[in-house]
Amino acid sequence: MSRAATPAEPTRDHVLAPTPAATSALIAIEAAGLSRSFGRRVVLRDLTFQVRDGECLALFGPNGAGKTTLLRVIAGLLRPTRGTAKVAGVNLPGGAEARSVVGLISHQTMLYSALSALENVEFAAKLYGVASPRAAAMRALERIRLADRASSPVRSLSRGMQQRVSIARAIVHDPRVVLLDEPYTGLDEAGAVALTDALETLKSAGAALMLVTHHLSEGLALATHTAIMRDGRFVQHDARGDVAVEAYRDLYREAVMG
Amino acid sequence: MIVRTPPGILAAAALIARKDLAIEFRTRSAFLAALTFSLVAIAIFYFAWDATAVGAVDLAPGVLWVIFTFSGLLGLHRSFGVEEADRAIDALLASPIDREAVFLGKAFANLAFVLGVQAVAIPAVALFYNLPLTRVLLPLTAIAVLAAIGLVSVGTLFSAMASNTRLAELLLPVLALPFFVPIVMPAAQVTARLLQGRPISEAMSWLRILIAFDIVFVVACALAFPFTLED
Repeated sequence: MSRAATPAEPTRDHVLAPTPAATSALIAIEAAGLSRSFGRRVVLRDLTFQVRDGECLALFGPNGAGKTTLLRVIAGLLRPTRGTAKVAGVNLPGGAEARSVVGLISHQTMLYSALSALENVEFAAKLYGVASPRAAAMRALERIRLADRASSPVRSLSRGMQQRVSIARAIVHDPRVVLLDEPYTGLDEAGAVALTDALETLKSAGAALMLVTHHLSEGLALATHTAIMRDGRFVQHDARGDVAVEAYRDLYREAVMG
Repeated sequence: MIVRTPPGILAAAALIARKDLAIEFRTRSAFLAALTFSLVAIAIFYFAWDATAVGAVDLAPGVLWVIFTFSGLLGLHRSFGVEEADRAIDALLASPIDREAVFLGKAFANLAFVLGVQAVAIPAVALFYNLPLTRVLLPLTAIAVLAAIGLVSVGTLFSAMASNTRLAELLLPVLALPFFVPIVMPAAQVTARLLQGRPISEAMSWLRILIAFDIVFVVACALAFPFTLED
C-alpha cells in the first residue's frame, strides 16, 4: 500500500486503487487534473481521483487546504479553472442531470428558519422532483430520527436537530453522490449516531460519499478511502485498509506538518 | 428507488415564490417595515405640503413613486437575505433546477410583495390627498403593475449581487436606484396625467417607454442573473 508522499514533493495524485469489492462498481465521482483558482490564488492543484458507487472518500486536512472548495466544485457550485470533474459521468458544472444525483450537507444547515422541518425537507423534495414529496420528506425525517419534530419551525430546534433536518433535506431524493462538509458539527451523540447510520445505509445502498472532516475517528469509521489535503493537493491518498485511528493520526501529522 | 422528475422553469419558479411568500407571511418583517415606511412617508409628505402652492394631483404622483421605490427596496433586500442566512442558497443552486427559475421565483415573490405594499399605499395616498381614485383605479393599477415588474426585475438581480457582500444594505440601493429611474419616471408621468383627468393618449409615449424598459429589464436581468451567482 502506497502511503504519504512528502509535502515537499507532492505527487500528481493517482487514481485510487479500488477496494476488491468495489472493482465492479461504477465510477460516481471523477476528477482529472482538476484545478481551481480565485484570482491569482490557486486553491486546488491538479487533483486526479475517482470515487466509485458504495465508496466513501474521507478528506482530511488543515483549514485552507482546499477541501471545501473541492466539494463545491463536485457539487456544481464552482467551475473548475483547469481539468475536469465528473459526477455520474457528466462533466461539471453540468446541468440538471448531474445535480439531481448529488446531495450536499455542510456545517451550515442551508435551511429556512421560519419554515418547519417538514416544509424544508418537502421543499427540497419538490426541487428534485421526488414523487409524493411530503411522504418522502417524512421518510427522510424518520431516517434521521426526527419525525416527531416534523412540524416544529427550524428556528425552535437545537443546533444538532437543525443539522439533522439538513441531513434529511440532503438525502430526501435518495442521492447517488453525497457530499459532506463537516457534517458532525453541532451534533450531539444521538445526532452523530443517526447521521453515521444514515450514511452507512446510503453507502450500503450504493451511494458514493465524499466526507470532509477534522475528526479522524468519524471519518475513518465511514471511509473506504482516505486523502489528506494540503495547499490544494492530496499529500496522502489511498484505500482505507484497516489502519487504526492512532496510526492514521501519526500519518496525518506527518503529512500536514511535512 | 425514488422516482424523480425535476420541475421545469415555471414550476420551479412557482415553488420558490411560494416558499418566499410563506416565509414572509410567517415573519411579516419586511412587509410590516415597508408598510410602516410607506404610511410614515405619506404622513410626512402630507404635513410638509403647502396646498396653496402645489395642487394635490401635481404632488401625489411624486409621493406615490418615491414611496414605491424605497419601500420596494426593503423587500428586495430581504429577498436574498433569507437565502444567505444559513447558506440556503447553496442547497438551491445545487438542486437540479435552472438558475433562471431562481430569478423568476424570486421576482414573482418580490412582485407580490411590491403589489401588496401598493395595495395599501395607493388608497392611503388617495385618502390623504383626496384623489379621485375610483375614476382612475383601473389604469392606475395597470401602471403600478407595469412599473412593479421593471422594479422587481432590476431589484432581484442587484439583490442577488449585493447579498454576497458585507455591504449588502448599502450596495443594493446604490446599484439599483439609478436603474429604477427609467421605470419610475414614465410611471410618475403617466400617473400625473391620469390624476389630472387627461386622456390616456397624452401619456402613450411615456407608457411605451415604461413597457419597453420592462421588456429590456426582464430579459436582460433573467439572462444576467446566472452570472451573479458564480463565485
